[in-house]
Amino acid sequence: MSEERMSLGKVIKNGIITENPTFRLVLGTCPTLAVTTSAINGLGMGAAATFVLICSNLVISLLRNFIPDKVRIPAFIVVICTFVTMVQLLMQAFVPSLYDALGIFIPLIVVNCIILARAEAFASKNGPVASACDGLGMGMGFTIALVIMGAIRELIGNGSVFGMNVLGNSYEPMLLIVLASGGFLSYGLLLGIFNLIVKKSEEKRKRKEAEAA
Amino acid sequence: MNLRISTAPHIHHPVTTKRLMIYVLLALLPATGVGIYAFGLPALLLIAISCLTAVLCELIWQKAAKKPVRISDCSALVTGLILALNLPANAPWWLAVIGSAFAILLVKQLFGGLGDNFLNPAMAARAVLLASWPVHMTRYVAPTFFSGVDAVTAATPLSTKSAELMDLFLGTIPGCIGEVSKVAILVGLLILLFTRTVTWHIPFTMVASVFVFSFLFGLGNEEEPLMFALYSILSGGVLFGAVFMATDYVTTPMTPVGQMIYAAGIGLIVAVIRNFGAYPEGVTYGILLMNIATPLIDRFLPRKIYGYQKEGKKA
Repeated sequence: MSEERMSLGKVIKNGIITENPTFRLVLGTCPTLAVTTSAINGLGMGAAATFVLICSNLVISLLRNFIPDKVRIPAFIVVICTFVTMVQLLMQAFVPSLYDALGIFIPLIVVNCIILARAEAFASKNGPVASACDGLGMGMGFTIALVIMGAIRELIGNGSVFGMNVLGNSYEPMLLIVLASGGFLSYGLLLGIFNLIVKKSEEKRKRKEAEAA
Repeated sequence: MNLRISTAPHIHHPVTTKRLMIYVLLALLPATGVGIYAFGLPALLLIAISCLTAVLCELIWQKAAKKPVRISDCSALVTGLILALNLPANAPWWLAVIGSAFAILLVKQLFGGLGDNFLNPAMAARAVLLASWPVHMTRYVAPTFFSGVDAVTAATPLSTKSAELMDLFLGTIPGCIGEVSKVAILVGLLILLFTRTVTWHIPFTMVASVFVFSFLFGLGNEEEPLMFALYSILSGGVLFGAVFMATDYVTTPMTPVGQMIYAAGIGLIVAVIRNFGAYPEGVTYGILLMNIATPLIDRFLPRKIYGYQKEGKKA
């Protein structure tokens, strides 16, 4: 039992750090670049994608023995579409401002490659509980990445974080960073920094293991 | 005894990176001098801040990345100076700091340092500043020549088409610090040509290309297309860009033919942006776009391989 729980924790950690979809797998870059002009947009997009990921992973895992191999991709897409439509209607009803801000990128969650990749690589091969945990971990990794990037871009490009003015009125925002080119620029830099940190910590861990051995 | 053995060819030549950079600095001197003379103390401060930031950023990066410190080759100094000469004289000081830091850290060092950058650092930094703080980057002052009059803000003659050709040539017009006086830039070009730092291919082709395309685009719209074409090459940053920024070794094609295609492309982009685009000036974007096209140009042109010749040709 304890071993089972530990491996589930590992699955979640895998999604957040080791195989972070945004910074390590470089999946789902289109919404990453497009919606991270503010922290709140990043959070909304991440939450919506996480919900779809958990649900679609769970359902696809349950159905994995009934879906014929040849038509598995269309079958996965139908499942994913169902949950995306639910998210879209829910957001339109309860958070219309966020719905307007994210616009076309909510229906486009259907073709977000993180979701299809996890369905194909994980949910179609593992049990429902592990698949749901994988969806949670991947979704959290995606959300954390989007919030970090959104917060940085909002801070530099608008002088605020989550809509609160942080840098004062005398700050002259750097417009470029909230434009498309600024998205690529900040994504590239964050990608580099994240990988540098992961590499450094892995080296440290290996050195410790070598010393212990 | 300490004998050093190396393989042939053994070439001894006094040309080093440092020497080339000093030639470039020398060639920039007239434009810098006229800029400081024309715009006074603010221009001098801006140039000093920009150069200092560039050299400091290079030093800090090379120390932090544990690479050999190469600030004495003066390449960072050249970048800082060129960037400052591309700013309006009354730009705030932090604009020069951010621009220099961006040029050195992001455009140059992140891609591997001198020789590995795919964009001209000063040019890319200028594009970033222009997109980020358009108000500061387009508020020009008319030169004061230490006349005691306070600086008068004015639009660039590029957008109003109001200046006389002679004023454009001598530099008594509003504009960036380094680009106003065409005389000083031409003196710089002579120095570069005389010291063989650059060949004629890029600067002359680029200016000729701007002239020809402006003439063609002006045929239908302007009363005197020839005067319009002359106005086009004398206004804005065409000459400064052609002499000091389009000629950067790292980001230009290897062969003379490639260099001429590259320079003609810049001229075409400049003329198209000026005549049909939303911006009054296009030299920055022209140079950056052709910088990106440089590897393509090099790949698709026949290369001369040292020590090899085609069959059937006599030696």
